[in-house]
Amino acid sequence: MPDAIQRRDLEDQVDEFEIAVPSPPELMKRRAKSHRGFIIGGSVVLFFLAVAVFAPVLAPYDPYDQDLTNRLVPPVWDAAKGTWDHPFGTDALGRDYLSRLMFGAQISLMIGFFAAAVSAVVGSCIGMIGGYFGGRVDNFIMYLINVKLALPGLLVALSLVSVFGGSILALILILSFLFWDRYAVVTRSVTQQIRVNDYITAAQALGTSRTRIIIGEVLPNVMNQIIVIASLEMAVAIIVEAALSFLGLGVQPPTPSWGLLLSEGRSYMFFMPYLINFPGLAIFFLVISINMMGDGIRDITAPEGRN
Amino acid sequence: MAKFLLHRLYIAILVAITVSVIAFSLLRLSGDLAAELAGEDASEEEIVLMAKQYGLDRPLYVQYFDWAGSALTGDLGRSLFTNEPVVEMIFERIGVTVKLALYAILISLMVAIPLGVMASVRPNTLTDRFSLGIAVFGQAIPNFYFALLLILLFGVKLRWLPISGNDSFAHFILPAFTLGLGAMPQFMRLTRSGMLDVLDSDFIRTARAKGLNPRRVLFKHALRNAILPIVSLMAVVLGFLLGGTVIIESIFALNGVGFLAFESIMRQDFPVVQSIVFILSLSYIVLTLLSDLINAQLDPRIRLG
Repeated sequence: MPDAIQRRDLEDQVDEFEIAVPSPPELMKRRAKSHRGFIIGGSVVLFFLAVAVFAPVLAPYDPYDQDLTNRLVPPVWDAAKGTWDHPFGTDALGRDYLSRLMFGAQISLMIGFFAAAVSAVVGSCIGMIGGYFGGRVDNFIMYLINVKLALPGLLVALSLVSVFGGSILALILILSFLFWDRYAVVTRSVTQQIRVNDYITAAQALGTSRTRIIIGEVLPNVMNQIIVIASLEMAVAIIVEAALSFLGLGVQPPTPSWGLLLSEGRSYMFFMPYLINFPGLAIFFLVISINMMGDGIRDITAPEGRN
Repeated sequence: MAKFLLHRLYIAILVAITVSVIAFSLLRLSGDLAAELAGEDASEEEIVLMAKQYGLDRPLYVQYFDWAGSALTGDLGRSLFTNEPVVEMIFERIGVTVKLALYAILISLMVAIPLGVMASVRPNTLTDRFSLGIAVFGQAIPNFYFALLLILLFGVKLRWLPISGNDSFAHFILPAFTLGLGAMPQFMRLTRSGMLDVLDSDFIRTARAKGLNPRRVLFKHALRNAILPIVSLMAVVLGFLLGGTVIIESIFALNGVGFLAFESIMRQDFPVVQSIVFILSLSYIVLTLLSDLINAQLDPRIRLG
């Protein structure tokens, strides 16, 4: 009898042990909770997202309303002239700067997100096809990537904007054209590595179509990488959109893009530095928090890939 | 080696041809260039005349071969705006852009390599965090905003440096620093990870076990091995910077190729734009080809594999 009891105890322990081993999603959740960069970055991104979504409710004024009697009012902490009516001051046309910055968040996030998403779809398809099929197909895709890398991206983007105009849709498509190559390079090499695995061979033996193998077997394996690249590319896309708008070849006035605010504020920056500092810092903080979040996602999904 | 070289050369030429087609079509996508050149209130006849004068009434492929053919002989056409030969316009300005890009790389290497080495010697310490922090900063700050801050601080407040023009070395300091900051994080990360790998290897352990001077081990034995990928990245970054000087040149009023490209895009001066895009692409192709060859020379695994 003691023997049987002991065995049951042991079995109980084994059960407990099995329960104690966390599943991969559970592990990720734990890593996410203890990853400081991810939490801080993610919170700031959420903050910007909330500001962008609720800008129509939160903004104290219409971002397009001009008030020429209240031009270039400094921010509230300027002891002499600042007022709570315009906590972040007003611009050269008397428009409330806080409201313009809030609506600017919409543009940056929207263009950044969709540019990263569209280029992710295009780039990963190209990369997975090259990696999976190899041979001539792959040679052709390497050639495409080489052509893309050789072109001076910013100049091509500027030319395309000058031809197709600075509408938000045009900007998203043009920026996607700038960013697809990194997805292609990474998904291609990962696909090459997993193509030789037994489960791919098994799927091929079962007669699964190539499209289904790529979507069903390959894609889940490269998804983590795609998400990590997407978060980093979104940050770059936000900077490039601001740069194009800063040069006057992006979002057109009076739309309050942060890049445009910077270029409008530039003429007054010697006396009113807040006009460039608010939009500049907004871009900086949004980009840095997206980068922190992206680095966090990489550490959480593939902790062995650090350093 | 000969086979590797030929293959790389073949791809480079193929890419160069494709790039020339893309450069040629860029501004032609807008459709009716002749109408745009003739101006808004031009009559039908004037537009037709304009098209004829610039050869725009011919089929596109004829125009392309015409341009590509004369490009091979070193004639890139004339600017629609100033009527100067494009080759001269570019050669007058390319020196400024190359100088700017080289200074930028130099500055970013001077910051990135010591930081990367420091970080790799003491991974996960305050030093490491500090250098990663600088890299994160360099990655996140938009260079046009950073340029304005530098102008405010060093040009206006302290009055140490000039903020526009390209007459002297001093004029290049702020723009090169701005441009270099963007390239710095990549170099820093690459130095750090390369050094971490090398420092972990057996020959470093042996060198240390022999009792060699630690500084000598670090800089002579380790850095020399870790620096290889940096050399090939340098070629890529240089090509990238040459095409990325548009913003910096226009902020600091440097009269380089980037600024010329920007102005020409604004006034639809397509012979200039297509030539600059093509020349910059070509320089990128040549630079990466060179770096591939250097790498193949240094590492037999590449040329034989």
